[in-house]
Amino acid sequence: MASGQQWVLVEMVQAFYEAPAYHLILEGILILWIIRLLFSKTYKLQDSSDLTEKEIEEIIEEWQPEPLVPRMSKEKPAPSYNIVSGPPCHKITVNGKQCINFASFNFLGLLDNDRVKNQALQSLRKYGVGTCGPRGFYGTFDVHLELEDRLAKFMRTEEAIIYSYGFATIASAIPAYSKRGDIVFVDEAACFSIQKGLQASRSHIKYFRHNDMEDLERILKQQELEDQKNPRKARVTRRFIVVEGLYMNTGAICPLPELVKLKYKYKVRIFLEESLSFGVLGQHGRGVTEHFGVNIDDIDLISANMENSLASVGGFCCGRSFVIDHQRLSGQGYCFSASLPPMLASAAIEALNIMEEDQDIFRLLRDKCKLIHKELQGISGLKVVGESISPAFHLQLEQSSGSRESDVRILNRIVEYCMDRKIALTQAHYLEKEEKFLPPPSIRVVVTVEQTEEELEMAANLIKEAAQNILQ
Amino acid sequence: MGVEQGGSSPLGPGGAPSLKGPGKHLLKPYLGTWRIILPGTPGVLPSVCLTLPPHQEVSSDGAPGAYPSKNKRTHLPTVWELESGAGVGRSFRGERKGGPWTFEERPGVKVVSAGKHCVLCGIVNKSEVYKDVLSEFVPLYQDFENFYTRNLYMRIRDSWNRPICSVPGAKFDILERVSYDYNWTFKYTGRIVNDVINMGSYNYLGFAENSGVCADAAAEITLKYGVGVCSTRREIGNLDKHEELEKLAAKFLGVDAAMAFGMGFATNSMNIPALVGKGCLILSDELNHASLVLGARLSGATIRVFKHNNMQSLEKLLKDAIVHGQPRTHRPWKKILILVEGIYSMEGSIVHLPDIVSLKKKYKAYLYLDEAHSIGALGPTGRGVVEYFGLDPRDVDIMMGTFTKSFGAAGGYIGGTKELVDYLRTHSHSAVYATSMSPPVVEQIIASMKCIMGEDGTTLGQERVQQLAENTRYFRRKLQEMGFIIYGNDDSPVVPMMLYMPAKIGAFGREMLKRNIGVVVVGFPATPIIESRARFCVSAAHTKEMLDTALNVINEVGDLLQLKYSRHRLVPLLDRPFDETTYEENED
Repeated sequence: MASGQQWVLVEMVQAFYEAPAYHLILEGILILWIIRLLFSKTYKLQDSSDLTEKEIEEIIEEWQPEPLVPRMSKEKPAPSYNIVSGPPCHKITVNGKQCINFASFNFLGLLDNDRVKNQALQSLRKYGVGTCGPRGFYGTFDVHLELEDRLAKFMRTEEAIIYSYGFATIASAIPAYSKRGDIVFVDEAACFSIQKGLQASRSHIKYFRHNDMEDLERILKQQELEDQKNPRKARVTRRFIVVEGLYMNTGAICPLPELVKLKYKYKVRIFLEESLSFGVLGQHGRGVTEHFGVNIDDIDLISANMENSLASVGGFCCGRSFVIDHQRLSGQGYCFSASLPPMLASAAIEALNIMEEDQDIFRLLRDKCKLIHKELQGISGLKVVGESISPAFHLQLEQSSGSRESDVRILNRIVEYCMDRKIALTQAHYLEKEEKFLPPPSIRVVVTVEQTEEELEMAANLIKEAAQNILQ
Repeated sequence: MGVEQGGSSPLGPGGAPSLKGPGKHLLKPYLGTWRIILPGTPGVLPSVCLTLPPHQEVSSDGAPGAYPSKNKRTHLPTVWELESGAGVGRSFRGERKGGPWTFEERPGVKVVSAGKHCVLCGIVNKSEVYKDVLSEFVPLYQDFENFYTRNLYMRIRDSWNRPICSVPGAKFDILERVSYDYNWTFKYTGRIVNDVINMGSYNYLGFAENSGVCADAAAEITLKYGVGVCSTRREIGNLDKHEELEKLAAKFLGVDAAMAFGMGFATNSMNIPALVGKGCLILSDELNHASLVLGARLSGATIRVFKHNNMQSLEKLLKDAIVHGQPRTHRPWKKILILVEGIYSMEGSIVHLPDIVSLKKKYKAYLYLDEAHSIGALGPTGRGVVEYFGLDPRDVDIMMGTFTKSFGAAGGYIGGTKELVDYLRTHSHSAVYATSMSPPVVEQIIASMKCIMGEDGTTLGQERVQQLAENTRYFRRKLQEMGFIIYGNDDSPVVPMMLYMPAKIGAFGREMLKRNIGVVVVGFPATPIIESRARFCVSAAHTKEMLDTALNVINEVGDLLQLKYSRHRLVPLLDRPFDETTYEENED
């Protein structure tokens, strides 16, 4: 056998020597041709143009780009911002009018707390204002580590990580884990920063109806069926459910216990955005997990900003170290951005101290929410959207006047009516073209612990009055 | 404080990585291969870490001092010097400004041994510390993604995230930390390393201060306003202070209007999508910052990348784009936006702005200039790269920059025409959805900007700008004289010094800190894996003594680690004019 093969080889070599030159050349060309076919591109990305220089110049000359920004029409000038002079706390001066603030997310009234201010000042006197660097390059201050430690302890998780911008927190956290090809199940009412995070992740996104667990289970089952068809792919496809604790756009609380059941049933991880519920829900203000008595370890990642209850700037994520630590190299907003100014971190630490010392504050806030919620029921033409214990809820028109634009105008008149009478309100603003599921226009009312019962009643009465005057 | 970073289940002593165990078998074939490929290279292993983190023992044969001996450098391929952007860059030669862009080619053997370092590090460490409790779930991140983290980053990560506990000024204090488990966890000893010279922070004009006019102003505003805002610009978080800052910034930049945002990163990633969208083309420099890349991605526009600072590459892309239109449909592009940075933070190079402006005018594209590092740091009065080249700010359509660096604060801005800013005020993601800037931070920017502009009635700001320019030239010149390979432009306060080998990252960072200098070292993924480097940021707050101390130490460590790769030694300055740039070969 072996000798036979050897003989064939010898014969082949001999045949090679004996073959005429033209034959070898032909074979050679054929082999080269095959190699070329194998390695050449099947198509050209840009077919080489047979245009002459002059023609190219003409095309370049002719091309007119659109203006960088669309020209503003004369009749519809850009809406201007409200100007707040002085601090944006309980008593606020908007466009020169002194009002009681029902618009800023200063739930616990920590914005003008003297202890917080003094702590920030001390920090300023020690560290200056800016950090002049990202966390990796000497932008990590001892106060950052302290704040991370305190947040982790407060939330009773293993680890926390802070970001220098609230919006960037969840928007960086999602793409740190969810990559191209992964699947994310998202509530339709998810806020804009979640939407941007999802977009940056380039994952496959599946929306379920707002707070509708049956709908979520339906698409989870659908996914399960698909997975059975292609188990190899399913083994490497990460799945996530992204929900908010207390929805910014609807004021509703997510049904967390059901979500946790679904998590273990379908092996999907849960990311929870708690910007509104952190420092609001639960006996100690730990958010929606405490509210439902759900074990915090069942949630894979909790993200919240420090710009609402804590009245500082920035955001944080917390969870198990295995999860959170990954962001220290993969969270874009963490790695590539300057770190949080230390004075803002110090302010957040002091705010946490106050939250830990005074647990009554959360009960007080809930009582006030319930009060104004009750007062606002039964206004003809306006409906209250949101949970009764939610400190931020929406007033929507019961019946649309026909177009979004006119609805916005009507609501704006209500806001102005109240603003003229010492209650500062604001509409919930959205980028209408950018939102995936644009919420209906609404006035967002924010309750804080600083508002007295009289003020809450006054606001409720005023809104009633405004609705009567404007809607009838 | 005793904060323990990282590990949920710290590595026990038994799990300590070493060359023994299964790793040893893997090592031999690799070594053999490398020997065959590189007959000329020394047979000893380059030690993975020349200097080990405190309390770490040298494991088996990774002995220190096994670096290739100095005479091996005679085997190096000829090192030559390149002008960045070849032909186009030449248009700047001989001009007063601009100076030579020097990019010295990396020595070939270094490249190979840099690669070898990676391979070796990979074999040595195979420990698992982080465990996922949800084992039946799809893994949260892939092991493969972790390869770099576990095997390279973990061994040298003590050079990053060093916590400081003072102002990040010309000198700072560092919290001492040690690791008993090869950097998997750190313990704080409670001791503080005082007065470390800070060559790492982006404190170009020295406005990172806890006393003085700016800090006083910020302190006053803290007491008056508090630190938060709790609302967005569009709703009820538009303070009078924000308006004041924007007017001042517009005046400073020489543009019609400006808008400020709470985070520099988000200024890019949340505003580019407001400006371009589907059917638009973005031409982006290959070395653009992550925030520009993210913004471009989020916008939905088509992105094409041109070679770093290479005008020919940019022009070709512009021409092709206009002639061919959009892919497949050949519809003309709606807009073309060029994204560039003023100073590139990892290269230290200054953008060829005059050429880009003329290209942009010729092809009717729009220009987005990110001046994160250049604003305040370049130009005779600190107005950035536009002033440096003597151009009109109106030639740049979108002037973007940050307040983090030169102004010692936080946040970013966009300046331009009134229409642009008005449009952004209603369409910027940041203005509608993100909390507005903290008032004391705003005040710090206002105070420092007024100081630079001389509106505080002093020339202190102007002096800082000049001091920075002098410090930059001095520091760069000295490093070149010592024989290091330095990237970037002579006037750029960002000074990257090439280390090449990943293992030298850790060694350099540690040796410098041991001698009380805090430096930034950068490796993969911020740079190509074989182009690891150290980066110094010169500040106006550095005195000549500090710079000299730092330079002496760099010289010493450079000899120790053999970092003086350059074959072009500048002849030390004696009585020759300062800006003379004659290169002479120095025979060693």
